[in-house]
Amino acid sequence: MAATVTAPPLKPYPVIPILEVGAMGKTKTFPANAPMQQALGFPGELVEDWHDKAIFKLGELLGKYRSLKVYLDACVHCGACTDKCHYFLGTGDPKNMPVARQDLLRKVYRRHFTWSGKWFPKLVGAEDLTKEVLDDWYSYFNQCSECRRCSVFCPYGIDTAEITMAAREIMDSIGLGAKYTNEIIGKVHKVGNNLGLPGPALADTLSSIEEDLKEETGLDIRLPVDEKGAEVLLVTPSADFFAEPHVYSLMGYAKVFHAAGISWTLSTHASEAGNFGLFIGNYGQMQKIATRVREGILDLGAKRLVVGECGHAWRVAYNFWNTLIGPFDFLDPNYPVPQHICELTYDLIQRGAISFDKSANDRYVVTFHDSCNVARASRMGGMPGGQFEIPRAIVRAVANKFVEMNPETIREKTFCCGGGGGLLTDDLLDLRVKGALPRMEALQAVVESDGVNFMATICAICKAQFSKVLPYYKFNMSMVGGVHQLVGNAIRLGPK
Amino acid sequence: MTPATVFFALLLYAAALLGAAGLVWRIRDYARTPAPLKIPTTPAPTTTGGVVLRMLREVTLFESLFRANLWIWLFGWMFHVALALVLARHLRYFTQPVWFWVEWIQPFGMYGGLAMVAGLAALWARRFLVERIRYISTPSDHLMLALLLGIGISGLSMKFLAHTDIIAVKEFALGLILFDWQPLPVHPGLFVHLFLVAVLIAIFPYSKLLHAPGVFFSPGRNQSDNPREQRHLAPWAAALDKAKV
Repeated sequence: MAATVTAPPLKPYPVIPILEVGAMGKTKTFPANAPMQQALGFPGELVEDWHDKAIFKLGELLGKYRSLKVYLDACVHCGACTDKCHYFLGTGDPKNMPVARQDLLRKVYRRHFTWSGKWFPKLVGAEDLTKEVLDDWYSYFNQCSECRRCSVFCPYGIDTAEITMAAREIMDSIGLGAKYTNEIIGKVHKVGNNLGLPGPALADTLSSIEEDLKEETGLDIRLPVDEKGAEVLLVTPSADFFAEPHVYSLMGYAKVFHAAGISWTLSTHASEAGNFGLFIGNYGQMQKIATRVREGILDLGAKRLVVGECGHAWRVAYNFWNTLIGPFDFLDPNYPVPQHICELTYDLIQRGAISFDKSANDRYVVTFHDSCNVARASRMGGMPGGQFEIPRAIVRAVANKFVEMNPETIREKTFCCGGGGGLLTDDLLDLRVKGALPRMEALQAVVESDGVNFMATICAICKAQFSKVLPYYKFNMSMVGGVHQLVGNAIRLGPK
Repeated sequence: MTPATVFFALLLYAAALLGAAGLVWRIRDYARTPAPLKIPTTPAPTTTGGVVLRMLREVTLFESLFRANLWIWLFGWMFHVALALVLARHLRYFTQPVWFWVEWIQPFGMYGGLAMVAGLAALWARRFLVERIRYISTPSDHLMLALLLGIGISGLSMKFLAHTDIIAVKEFALGLILFDWQPLPVHPGLFVHLFLVAVLIAIFPYSKLLHAPGVFFSPGRNQSDNPREQRHLAPWAAALDKAKV
């Protein structure tokens, strides 16, 4: 299974690949074992009557999600999406074209739920759900990062992420889950975060980061945890506690709170902003994970809810929390709920409440990688597109040298890092490396033209993915980091 | 009453019934299926007015397609606008007296017919020439284009090759509406044209032509971006919500 990992050569300009049928058909993420499945209430292994169960589940989802029903009907095979997916561009496998990925589910939908597919299957491309088709589902619906780039370009807004989520939900319901996502969801339920980091260990980690901050700044910059009565509860991806470069952004948040004099706390109960329930398309799981946040803030009595740098977490927080765990009528109505850490920092900059020594970042020529879920599935600030402007405004406020990448690869047209949507696992490393190709090509261009040596981003998955993948393209892995890493470098601390 | 008149009258009634009933069924189904989560493709408008504008741009200018691929946009948009023009031109067969603007667009409608056929031919060519599009094309994708091309060419043939008695055609059309059947002129081009049109109308709600109503129900495009300001709760999600407390 551990296939060789190869990075395609970087080309000076993007080229749509020649089709390589079946190139990624053998690439399958590790399946979840029985205990992992059962912990989430899914069957432990492929059930005997999987065919009928799957069709039944599809029918149930069609009744619950308008998106699925409309998206399965509306496609005209126009081809607008065919060259938009980073996994297709990186692998050349035609089943990684968004429309072809959708068709894996659509052909079964047509066969069982449409009149034309029942009577004229060959004509409309309808097919039975055979073992081979199910195999394809497992391969290719676990090769979609649910980044929504295709949906930007579809004339009907068909979002492959919705189809992928439905397919994963169906597969989970018949016992065919992915190890990476389902094991992690189990950890959140049991321990409270994706890393499986228990409360005492978290407190230890935070106090050692406080020591590092003391050493660096000479100041007592705190990383409070479970402090009742703090104004702000910060919910951040647990990678921020442990992984590099994530932890530098965590330090950056702490410095911002310190400099602005805002009392804040983390929570051991709600120690995870990430919500992998999204990735497997399961409303119940997503709600159960999010409920820890509601319980956490009610318990600590904070008045504001702020979310750290994480793409899909921000999607869930911004778009879904109000639905899943709202209403938040007990929180301070003067602030948006939830608020992104970038919104908070930007607001403080606007009010002159924090200031910077930009020269502290002069060793960097910075570019900004828009994270897919922030760019195409959320917002910041009061205006559409604030999710693009606010992080950039922060970067510009804290660093002197900022360069944009090719406009076809940023903002709502941004390319996924290649590791989102529950694919950030080593058994998919070859896919991840190949999927990063479009972003690497755009990065290469600004490295050559402007000497860019730092790619800022606001997503824990992007950070982890790029740290791993950059070396395959002969870049330094420390080129990637958080926006609040740059903020932390430049912010003026101490008495004013 | 000629056998052709009876055949086509019944055929067109049946097609209209099948098409309309199917369309109502599909639209009701879409409208009744809940959208439990806010999933607009952002940046999205924050107000309903903004959403209406976004949708208008989408269905009149094909904004997303324009950004995706200029060739598909050019051929697709050309075909759809031309089709709209041609349909408007055909209103002269169903109105008496003919509305002034329908009269006014008659000459343009003719070019519309040519542009429609050209657009369709180009769209079809893509299905053979572009490897990626060839890969995703099903027989029905080809047949749909053949059907539309057949309608366009048979229509144009009556303009440029062999005229039919359009006064009689109009009487037949009005007669269908008023349930007072009038004889249909005997003309092979007309027979082909009407037959294919009937097929198109009948299969509309059972085929990918559902993209036309579908686009209006696409949550990615028709939702406003205001989840923090307004709590969005679909019925089945609300039931879970109640059970939770």
